[in-house]
Amino acid sequence: MSARSPSLGRRAAQGAFLVFCWAATGVALMALAAILWSLFRQGIAGLNLDVFTKSTPAPGSQGGLLNAILGSLMMCAVAMAGATTVGVLAGTWLSEFAKQSLYGKVVRFVNDVLLSAPSILVGLFIYELLVRPAGGFSGFAGSAALALLAIPVIVRTTEDVLRLQPTALREASIALGAPVWRTILTVIWKSAQGGMLTGALLAFARISGETAPLLFTALNNQFLSLDLTKPTANLPVVIFQFALSAYDDWRRLAWAGAMLIAVAVLAVTIIARLATREPKRS
Amino acid sequence: MSVATDTDAPPGAAPARTAKGVVFDRGFEILCFAAATLLLSALGGLIVSLAIGGWPAFAKFGFTFFVSSEWDPVQEVYGAAGPIVGTLVTATLALLFALPFAFGVAIFLVELCPSKLRRPIGTAVELLAGIPSIVYGMWGLFVFAPWFAHHVQMPIMMQAPPGSIWETLTAGIPNGANILTASLIMAIMVLPFIAATMRELLLSIPPAVRESAYGLGSNTFEVIGQVSIPYIRTGAVGAVMLGLGRALGETMAVTFIIGNAHGFPTSIFASGATIASTIANEFAEATGALHTASLIALGLVLFLITFAVLGLARLLIARQAPS
Repeated sequence: MSARSPSLGRRAAQGAFLVFCWAATGVALMALAAILWSLFRQGIAGLNLDVFTKSTPAPGSQGGLLNAILGSLMMCAVAMAGATTVGVLAGTWLSEFAKQSLYGKVVRFVNDVLLSAPSILVGLFIYELLVRPAGGFSGFAGSAALALLAIPVIVRTTEDVLRLQPTALREASIALGAPVWRTILTVIWKSAQGGMLTGALLAFARISGETAPLLFTALNNQFLSLDLTKPTANLPVVIFQFALSAYDDWRRLAWAGAMLIAVAVLAVTIIARLATREPKRS
Repeated sequence: MSVATDTDAPPGAAPARTAKGVVFDRGFEILCFAAATLLLSALGGLIVSLAIGGWPAFAKFGFTFFVSSEWDPVQEVYGAAGPIVGTLVTATLALLFALPFAFGVAIFLVELCPSKLRRPIGTAVELLAGIPSIVYGMWGLFVFAPWFAHHVQMPIMMQAPPGSIWETLTAGIPNGANILTASLIMAIMVLPFIAATMRELLLSIPPAVRESAYGLGSNTFEVIGQVSIPYIRTGAVGAVMLGLGRALGETMAVTFIIGNAHGFPTSIFASGATIASTIANEFAEATGALHTASLIALGLVLFLITFAVLGLARLLIARQAPS
């Protein structure tokens, strides 16, 4: 393999390879740019004050997305409240109590699988668990499906970030006489709160655009309703129905809604990324 | 902790607090344990509920459910072969398209990218993963599919010699809503996931290993091809399977763009259906108990496939990088 100067073939292979890597990245970035460009172009065209002040219209009449936006926010809030509680506790157990036990390994593995499990199956599960026995679709069922998708993200980040906390911190707290639960609550969680917040934000970003699990849990509601025990309007399902409809008004609203969701998700993702860098600087 | 027993507790506040600490410690640990167990039972519940819900379909059709491609809600006859084949074909195609690009992006970010651009480009690729599936679906149906039909599909169909196998493979309605476009959109969606995992694996290679190869006179291509990739191959296979798991379960984007036709796909430009798209389209409007049960049975099939793929992926990645 040794020659005095690199042979032409080796240099050509090297060159072609480098060009390919640059090109691959270029293609990925171009795809992102193309998607964002058409999303904003169509989305801004469909955006006006009515979108935020009126509920979804019947075909042919004027309307907006107010009920869908409110419904999405309510369901996400309920889902995040539940998911954060369960996720943080489970992540804490994995990091602080499970150690190398077999049960801990099993839970960790199951969590990793749930992390990328198809979201539509979660919808089916919640349908069987909550919708069918209750005899009807409801906003709470939608929240439960979203929570189940958010929990694995929170568990994973919580465990990772708690493991990064130095053992000396725990020892110092115990040595001062604090019991373990107090050590975890006021010392470990406190010092890991930035990372845990990032995990919650990423989980929120993940669930706020989810459509598939809501199709047969929350369903949809044409009217403004704050009652989560009834079918609840939500942005993703409204976008799905309106985008595939034959009415131009509805399609415009679908684009506007898609842009709102994408902007929210991308903003939260970027904030989460910036937040992870913060602790190092201070 | 050793002074926590009540009998030999010396007077004063400290022992009482410790005893209380012991009680709360147990309580807190049990609380955390319960949360972890809830996670485990969610997966168990998922399997059990899909099995119970899908049972009527399995009982009625038996093994023919898996091999028949007849899906007829009017006659109440359901066979899952069409969607199952559709799922496997689209996911495999998506992976084939995404793989070289994901590799290129990961290697670019680790080896070639100027350090100033590393963070912005890394974040941009991450955003690609963050865009909701439904946005991909809308973009695919209204922007990508018409473009693809006009600039790619039509020319290819015109070129096909009549009567050849090539013509059969590319037959279809030239509207861009077909198996190939669905795979391409899915490829864009799984690319960032594979690239991110691959990037972490590449970063985990000890510098000494790569430096030795450079020291022997290898260039970047040779170091990556003969040292880096063999070093991470177990994990790399895992990363690819993780992408496959994503593609198999992808729902909304595919539902928008695959054209939703049951039956075996015979051409890359034919409309098709995947398990996930069939469930998304029909479940809320299922006509009868057997229809619902058949859709849930499809869900169980999808779950078993993805669980096997994702489980294997995680095992491979974990073996590569024992943390």
